Amino acid sequence: MDRSKYIPVLVLTAVVISVQAITAAMGKGFYLTQLTMSAYYSLLIVGLCLLMGYAGQISLGHAGFFAIGGYISAFLTTFDLTPYQTGRLVSFRADTGLLQARQDLYGGHLLTLHPWSACLLAVLVAVTIASVIGGPVLKLKGHYLAMAPLGFGIIVYAIVLATPLFGEADGLSDVPPFELLPGLSISGKLSLRVQNYYIAWVLVIATIILLQNLVHSRVGRALRSIHGAEDAANAMGVDTAQYKLKTFVLSAAFAAIAGVCLTHYNGGIGPSEASIMKSVRYVAIVAIGGMANLWGALVMGSLLNFFSLRGYFGSFDDAVFGTILIVIMLFSPEGLLRMEIVRALSGLFRRGSAEEEAS
Amino acid sequence: MSAELFFQYLVAGVTYGIIYSIVAIGFNIIYNTTGIINFAQGEFVMLGGMTAVTLNGFMPLPAAIVVAVLVTMAIGALVEIVFIRWLVNPSVLRMIIITIGLSILIREIALHVWDEKVRALPYFTGTSVSSIEVGGVHISPQVLWVIGVCTVIVIILNFFFSCTSMGRQMRACSDNRNAARLCGISARNMVTLSFVLSAGIGALAGCVVSPITYVQYDSGTGLAIKGFTVAILGGLGNSMAAVAAGILLGVLESFSIWVMPTAFKDALSISILLIILFARPSGLFGSREVFSMKEF
Amino acid sequence: MSLLNVEGLSRNFGGLRAVSNVSFAVREGSIKALIGPNGAGKTTLFNLVSGFLPPDNGTVSFNGEPVQGLKPFQIAAKGISRTFQHIRLFPKMSALENVMIGRHLHGRSGFLAGMLSLPWTRAEENRIRDTSMEILGFLGIAGLAEADAVSLSYGQQRTVELARALAGEPRLLMLDEPAAGLNMRETAAMARLIEKIRDAGVTVLVVEHDMGLVMNISDEILVLSYGEKIADDMPLAIQKNSEVIRVYLGEEESA
Repeated sequence: MDRSKYIPVLVLTAVVISVQAITAAMGKGFYLTQLTMSAYYSLLIVGLCLLMGYAGQISLGHAGFFAIGGYISAFLTTFDLTPYQTGRLVSFRADTGLLQARQDLYGGHLLTLHPWSACLLAVLVAVTIASVIGGPVLKLKGHYLAMAPLGFGIIVYAIVLATPLFGEADGLSDVPPFELLPGLSISGKLSLRVQNYYIAWVLVIATIILLQNLVHSRVGRALRSIHGAEDAANAMGVDTAQYKLKTFVLSAAFAAIAGVCLTHYNGGIGPSEASIMKSVRYVAIVAIGGMANLWGALVMGSLLNFFSLRGYFGSFDDAVFGTILIVIMLFSPEGLLRMEIVRALSGLFRRGSAEEEAS
Repeated sequence: MSAELFFQYLVAGVTYGIIYSIVAIGFNIIYNTTGIINFAQGEFVMLGGMTAVTLNGFMPLPAAIVVAVLVTMAIGALVEIVFIRWLVNPSVLRMIIITIGLSILIREIALHVWDEKVRALPYFTGTSVSSIEVGGVHISPQVLWVIGVCTVIVIILNFFFSCTSMGRQMRACSDNRNAARLCGISARNMVTLSFVLSAGIGALAGCVVSPITYVQYDSGTGLAIKGFTVAILGGLGNSMAAVAAGILLGVLESFSIWVMPTAFKDALSISILLIILFARPSGLFGSREVFSMKEF
Repeated sequence: MSLLNVEGLSRNFGGLRAVSNVSFAVREGSIKALIGPNGAGKTTLFNLVSGFLPPDNGTVSFNGEPVQGLKPFQIAAKGISRTFQHIRLFPKMSALENVMIGRHLHGRSGFLAGMLSLPWTRAEENRIRDTSMEILGFLGIAGLAEADAVSLSYGQQRTVELARALAGEPRLLMLDEPAAGLNMRETAAMARLIEKIRDAGVTVLVVEHDMGLVMNISDEILVLSYGEKIADDMPLAIQKNSEVIRVYLGEEESA
C-alpha cells in the first residue's frame, strides 16, 4: 500500500507533461499562463483541504493568509531602500546578500530585499499571525468558529485596501521575478512561460506528496480521530488543541507560499485577492472536491480556477461558486468527490492487486 | 472640536447604529426560532432598497415601499421553503455555508437584474440639502425618518412577541422546539414566518436608509457583517440589547475617523467583533451562564 | 501499594452535588468496581479522574503524582486510559486504525517527519501497526482488523474500544460500563477479557451495572449514592452491607 499511493502522483506528473506537450503541439501555449496560476491557487486549496477535511475546521479567511504572503513579498521586493542605504540594518543586510540591486522600469536604480528573504519573511509573518489568532479561534464553536477567520479575512482586506504603502485599491505592481535558483525564476515573462508552468506544477506535486505522506502518518491519523470523536481522541493522548492549531498554521503557510509565488508570477497583487469571495471560493472548491480528499481538491481547484481565469463563467463567476456551495451543502454536505465513493469505484479495479498483496 | 461638529458626528453615528441594529434584529429573529444565523440578512436590506427604487419609477413612493417590502417578504419565504425547510437536523456549519452561498447568489442575481449602478430613493420629505434645526444642530429630515421608522419597528416587534398569540408561539419555538410542537405549534411554519418577518424588517430598513446611504447590488454584505457584529455585541438573540449595541458601534465608528483614516472604519468593527468573540462570546449584555448552556 | 489515590474529591453542577467528598484507593494489579444507582455520580467521578472535568475540590494522585486538573491527553500520557459508556470509536476508520490511535503516545513523529515520511517514521509506523495487531490478537479479534469499525456488532465494537484503550499500555484502565448493551454470552466473554487484562498486570477501575459481572471479577467494590461514598469493601461484604441493600432496594421500589 505504501507504493500504491504514489500511483496518483505518477498520473499527475504524466498529465502535467502531456498537457504542456498538447498545448505546444496545438499552438495554444497561452493556456499555460492560467494553468500556472491555478497551480498556485491549488497550493492554497490542498492546504485548506487538510484543515477542513482532516482536522474538521473551517476557515473562511484563507484569502487573508494568501494576501499576507503576496503583499508582504511584493512590498519588500519593491520598496526602495536606497535612501536608507547608510542605515546599519540595511548595510548589514546588503553585506549578507539579503538585498538585491536592480533597475526599475525606467532604468532608475533600486535597492530592495531579495525575493528569497522577502518570501521567508512573508511566510514567517503569516505563520506568526496564524499561530497567534489560531489559539483563540479554534476554541470557538459553531457560528463563532466560522465567523472568526472570516472576520480576520475582512480585516486583512480592509487594511490592504486602506494602506497607501500597499497601494490601496490599485495594489502593488512591478514586482520583480523570484529567482529560485540561478536560471530558474518565477516570472510572468512570455519566454519563461513553459519553465514557469513546470515550476508551479513541480511545487504542487511536491506539496501533494508531502500532504499525502502526512495524512497517512501518525499525525494524519490523529487528525482524523479528532474529526471523528474529539474527546475520545483526547483520551487516547492526542493533544487535540495543539494538533488543530498546527494544522491551521500549516495551511496558512501554504496559503502564504501560494500568495508569494503568484504575486511574483503576476508581477503584482491587488486587494481582490484578499476579498471574502476568494475565501468562500476556496471553501467551495474543497467542498466539491470531497472535503477529506486531497486529490479531489487538487483536481477541482485546478479545473475551476482555470475555467474562472479563462473567463468561461463570464459575469457569473461568483454566482458559480455560490451555487456550488449551496448545492453541495444541500445534497452532499460531506463533499462531492468523497473518498468513500472514490474507494468504492477504485475497489472494482483494485481487487486484482489486493489479492497479490495478500499472497 | 466644536460642540456642533460633535453633535453632527453623534447624529450620524446614531443613524448608522440604528440601521445596524435593524439588521441585527433580523439576525436575532431567525436565530431565535431556528438556532441558525442567516448570513443573507444583509441581502434582504439590499433587495428592499433596490426594488423600491425600481418601483418608484411607476408608482408613488409610499406604494413603492409597501410593494418592495411585500416582495422581499415573499422572497424571504421562498428562500426558507426552497433551501431550509426540508433539511433534517442540519449542522450549524452546513447552515452557515448554505446561507453564505445564498447571500452570494442573491447578490449576483441582483447584479444581473439591475446592474452595478448606485441607486437611491428620493428623500421622503424635503431634499438632500434641506435640514431641520434641532437645538442648534442641523439634521437632515431623512435622519429623523430613519430614527422614527426604526423605533416604530422595534416597538411593534416587542408588542408582537409579547402580546400576540403568533408572537408567543414563535417565542415558544425558540425556547423549546419539541415542546412547542407538542403544544400543537407548527415549528416549521414559525421558521418560515421568522424568515418572512426578518426579510420584511430588513427591506423596510433598506428603503428608509437608501436616500442617505444609497444602495447597490453588493451593499448587503457590509451591512450583514456590521449587523452580525452588533448581534454578537448585544448577545445573540437579544433584540433590545442589539439596539444599544448598534448605537454604540455606530457612534464608535463615527468618531473613529478622528483617530484613524476613514478607510479603517470597517476594520474597527470587525476588530471589535473578534475581541468580543474571544473575550466575551456571550456579548456585552448577555449572561455567561445562560450562554454556556446554549447549543451551537 | 495503591496505584490510584483519590482524596476528598468533590464536584458541583450549579447547586447539585454530583460528587461529594469521595476518597478511595485502587491497589496495583487489582480490579476495582464502582457501582451505585443511576445518578449516583459514577460517570462524573470517572470524568474527574480522567481529566474530562476539573474537580472543585480534592486530589487525585496516580503513582504518587498529583494529576487532578490536568487535561485528558496529559492524564493519558501518565498511563491512565479509558473507555466510554456510549461507544466512541472513530468512524471511517478500520478497527486496526482505531487501535493504532490508541498507541498514539508511543510514537514521536510529528508534522515535519510525517510530511517527509522519513525512514524512522515509517519504521515507527510499522511498529505501531504490529503492536496494534498483537493487541487485537490478545483480545481475540485479530480477524476484524480491516473491518470498518462502526460497521461491527455492538459487542465487537466494545472489544475494539477495549483494544484501543489497552494499546496505550496503560497502568490503569478505566472502563465505563463495558457490558452495557451486551447479551449474557457477550457479558461473560467481557468478564473473561477484563480478568485476562488484570492478569497481564494492568490495574482496572470499572463502572458497571451488571451485578453478576461486578461480583464475579472485582477484588474490591466502591458504592456511591447521591455523590457520596457509602461503602468500599470486598464483594462478599458489600453483598451483606445493609446500607448498600437499602440503597439498591429503595431504587427498585421507586423504579
